[in-house]
This record gives sequence, structure tokens and C-alpha cells, in this order.
Amino acid sequence: MKRSIAVFIVLLGFPLVMSAIDNLFYVSFASRVIIYAIAATSLNLVLGYGGMISFGHAAFVGAGAYSASICIAEGVTSAWLGWPAAIAASALAAWLIGAVSLRTRGVYFIMITLAFAQMAFYLVNSMKAYGGDEGLTLPQRAELGLGLDLGNEVVFYYVVLFFLAISLYGLHRVMQSRFGRVVVAIRENEARAEAIGLPVHRYQLACFVIAGAVAGLAGALLASHGKYVNPNVLHWVQSGTLMIMVILGGVGRLWGGAIGAFVLLGLEHVISDYPIPWLAAVAPNYPQHANLGVGLVMLAIVLFAPHGVAGLLSRRRGA
Amino acid sequence: MLELRRVSKRFVGVVATDEVTLEVKSGEVHALIGPNGAGKTTLISQISGTLPSDRGEIRFDGRDITHARPYERVKLGLARSYQITSIFKRFTVLDNLALAVQARSGSSFSFWRPVAAEGSLFDEARSVAGEIGLSQKLSSIAATLAHGEQRALEVGLALATRPKLVLLDEPLAGMGPEEAQRMIALIDRVRSRVTVLLVEHDMDAVFRLANRISVLVDGRLIASGAPEAIRADEQVRKAYLGDEVAA
Repeated sequence: MKRSIAVFIVLLGFPLVMSAIDNLFYVSFASRVIIYAIAATSLNLVLGYGGMISFGHAAFVGAGAYSASICIAEGVTSAWLGWPAAIAASALAAWLIGAVSLRTRGVYFIMITLAFAQMAFYLVNSMKAYGGDEGLTLPQRAELGLGLDLGNEVVFYYVVLFFLAISLYGLHRVMQSRFGRVVVAIRENEARAEAIGLPVHRYQLACFVIAGAVAGLAGALLASHGKYVNPNVLHWVQSGTLMIMVILGGVGRLWGGAIGAFVLLGLEHVISDYPIPWLAAVAPNYPQHANLGVGLVMLAIVLFAPHGVAGLLSRRRGA
Repeated sequence: MLELRRVSKRFVGVVATDEVTLEVKSGEVHALIGPNGAGKTTLISQISGTLPSDRGEIRFDGRDITHARPYERVKLGLARSYQITSIFKRFTVLDNLALAVQARSGSSFSFWRPVAAEGSLFDEARSVAGEIGLSQKLSSIAATLAHGEQRALEVGLALATRPKLVLLDEPLAGMGPEEAQRMIALIDRVRSRVTVLLVEHDMDAVFRLANRISVLVDGRLIASGAPEAIRADEQVRKAYLGDEVAA
């Protein structure tokens, strides 16, 4: 708890320092990292705590991103309408997809969630009214009112940070509640969970819907952040990226998704924007292949730190 | 309390249970015995609902539960333990039992209030731990327990749901003599409030505990009755008991 608070104090101070040195690029970049942190945290609820290997989480980020964007494109610019709509749309999508997918297990579950996400990907690709495969450019970010201008990078940063704080605190609380205990118990031993009288399917579906709803919020924030959304936000590579974030950061760890987003996006940025001179001399194009570097780090984490970066940082092993 | 009527289960090419008709009366310890592969565990799985029956009817407490989901049967008071230990290995003993108590006591669609604040869950879990002899192991991770202790927890998980009838699938499996005595004593203690259907190979335990015994051979029930009658039954001796009882 103390360390979480310390991290948030640093995150609160970050835009002040960046403003002082007039570097708003990094404030905007940090907002993006934080939005991905929220999305990855929501996937961690399903994947890490719930043990459901969903390979279609981008569908819910995408449902949120498109719902929020369509609201703005249609002139409904209030975040108070657009964001709840995004959350509701993603929750509904998660409920429909989950109700079917959660009847399968193992590899079938991975494949069916992937298939649903790809169906959603092609669906938005064909939505010509909203940009089709070219995507949808928004005239502005959502409007929050309350004297807060989301067009301002620092304000936007604090708003997404607020949502990350809520997501993490929410996850922390939920995992200690009756519901959280049941979700973990089902991951640990599904047959026994049912044999002590727990309707396994119902709890898994609820978990899936909650995670989908939070992913939808992240999608809405993402659309506002870039003032742009395109079908790639639902592409299966996005689902894979979120999964990699969770694995890098720490499966089933409170901070796992957030740390994973920070490490992955940070690595990508550093590798592509800060070429190492001697390496660039040998292979001039290597910064375009940042994923190679990310892959190596991923390999090292999986081999040497199975609990992810969060596990390395934690004094407490296992659990 | 529990009635099976012509219950059958067929796997590809094998008849696992064949028209089994059986009644377990309230308050009794009813033992189900039979050679390996006779279909005992299949029958337990059909009763607990993890295996759907091909044919026949299962009634519990006056209700038709033939098509009820496993968790619904538990809610009605029909719990089971497994032959192959199935516990929450990475949870502590206390958390294992508290979870089973939680499953019984109301909905778990509670997202905010910490479980730790629900003292009554843990009080009841502690009392079950006492009953199964694990009071000294409350904070041990289940995976680190000795075999006999894991078996006790296995039965404890079933008991913590406060069943009216408990299906015990070879509770003595793999136990040393001392551990076995403790398990027999445990079953003897709970029999006053829980009806028991006991699958067991240990004939000493079966004849010490059972009010009635049913014998399953090749998926068919060949005899059912009081222990003395079963011991004397020529067909049973030939099919199963053999020298074990004679000796």
C-alpha cells in the first residue's frame, strides 16, 4: 500500500516537472501508457486472477473506443454521456461473447475469444459511415465540463491517472471481497469450486463483463487521447499486446498490467527513438524493428522471472 | 433421502453403471463396495451431477435432481468428496474451509466488502477445522499438508457446506493405519447429523461404520442389505469379498 501511494505521488508530480521543462510530448506519451495500463489491468483481472486466457480483449477496448468516437462524431461531445455509453457497449459485448466463450475451456476458449474479436474487427472495418478501414478522425476530445479542458495535455493526464487509480483500487478491493475469492478459487480448482456449490459459469461471466467494461473505458480514453480511432484498435495483435503487457508486468499481480504497459511501451519508444550508435552502424534499420528487442526482454522475463516485473519488485514471492 | 431408479451410464463400448436402483435412508451410513472398475466412482459422479446420466432418475430429499447442475445439488444439501484429493492447494487450510462456508452462506456477488471482515465465515471454518483435526494447521498452505491431512481437508470441504448427505469417495485412499483410524473416527462423529454414502475398499472400515451395504459389480447392483447379510451372501463372496472376509 505504501509503495502504491509513493508511485502515485511520483505520477502526480510527473506533468509538473515536464511542464517546467516544456516537454509536453512526454505528458501525452505518459497518458497513453496510463490508458494502456488501465486496459492491461482489466485483462489481468480475467487472465491473471480469473485464469481465463482471453485472446480477444482488444474487442472490448475497441467497442469502447468506437462507441465513444461515434458519440463525438455525432455531436454528443459530453464525456458524461460518451464514456458511460462506451462502458455499457463494452460490457454488453463482453456479456454476449463471454456467455458463449465461457462454455469452452483451454485452447478452445483462447480460439473462440480470438474469433469473436476478429469478427468485431471486420465489423468495424465495414462500417463505412464511421470511416471503415480508414478510421474515424474526431474534431475534438470529449468534454468533461467542470472547468476541466481535456484538450489540455496536463488535464487529460490527470483524468486518465484518476481512472488508473480507481481501477487499481477497485481491483484491490474486489480481490479481497467474496467475489474476488471465488474468482481465484475457480482459477485454482474449477471442479472443486462447483462441488462446494458455486455456480462457476455465472461468476466467470461476471468477471469477464467487469473486465470488458473497464477495457471499454480505456478504449474511450484512447479515442479521445489520439482524437482518432481505426479498426486496428480491435486487431488481434492488440489483444496480443495487452496479453504481453500482463505477462511482462506480472500475471495476477495488482500492478502487473500497469507495469507491463510501462515496460512495453517504454521499451518500444526507447528502442525506436534512441538508436544505439554502434548497433545502428551495423544494422541501420533496427529501430524499426523494436519488437525484436521487446521479444528478447519478454523471453528473459518468462525464463527468469515467471511472476513478471511485479514479481521481481515484490518482497513477497508466489501468492 | 436419496433414491436412484434404474440409473445408467454408458461410455463408448463400456457400460459403467447399469440400471442401478438404490436407496440411501436418512441417518444411515450406507457403504458402496465393489471391485476396481465396478462403476462406484461413476455412480458417485452421477449422483453429484458431474456426469450426466444416460437413463434413470435420481431423487434427493423428495426432489427430482436427475438434471440439476452440480452446484444446485450442493445447495440442496448433497455434497461430495473426491477419491483423488481435490482441494484449493495454494490456499491455506482456513481459506479452503472459509470458501466452502462462503459458498453455502448466501451469494458471492459481493464486490467491495473484504471477506476478512466476515468473522462468522472464519469462525465456522475454524470449527470445521477442529472437527477434522486440523486446528493446528489453519495457516498452512494446503499443498504442504501431509497426505492424511489433505484427505481430512478433502472431507472437510464437503462437510463445511453443511450437507444433509455426503458422498465420500474412498476417504481412506492411500492412508496409513493411524490416519485411517482418525478418518473412521471422524465419519463416526459426523454420522449423527449427516447421512453418508461411503465408497470404500477398506473392509474393516466398511463393516465398522456401515448400517447397510450395497455391492456393485460390473456396473450392476448385485446385493444390498445389512452388513451381516452381505457378509453371508454367497454371490457377494464369490464376486468380491472372497478370502478377505473369511480370514
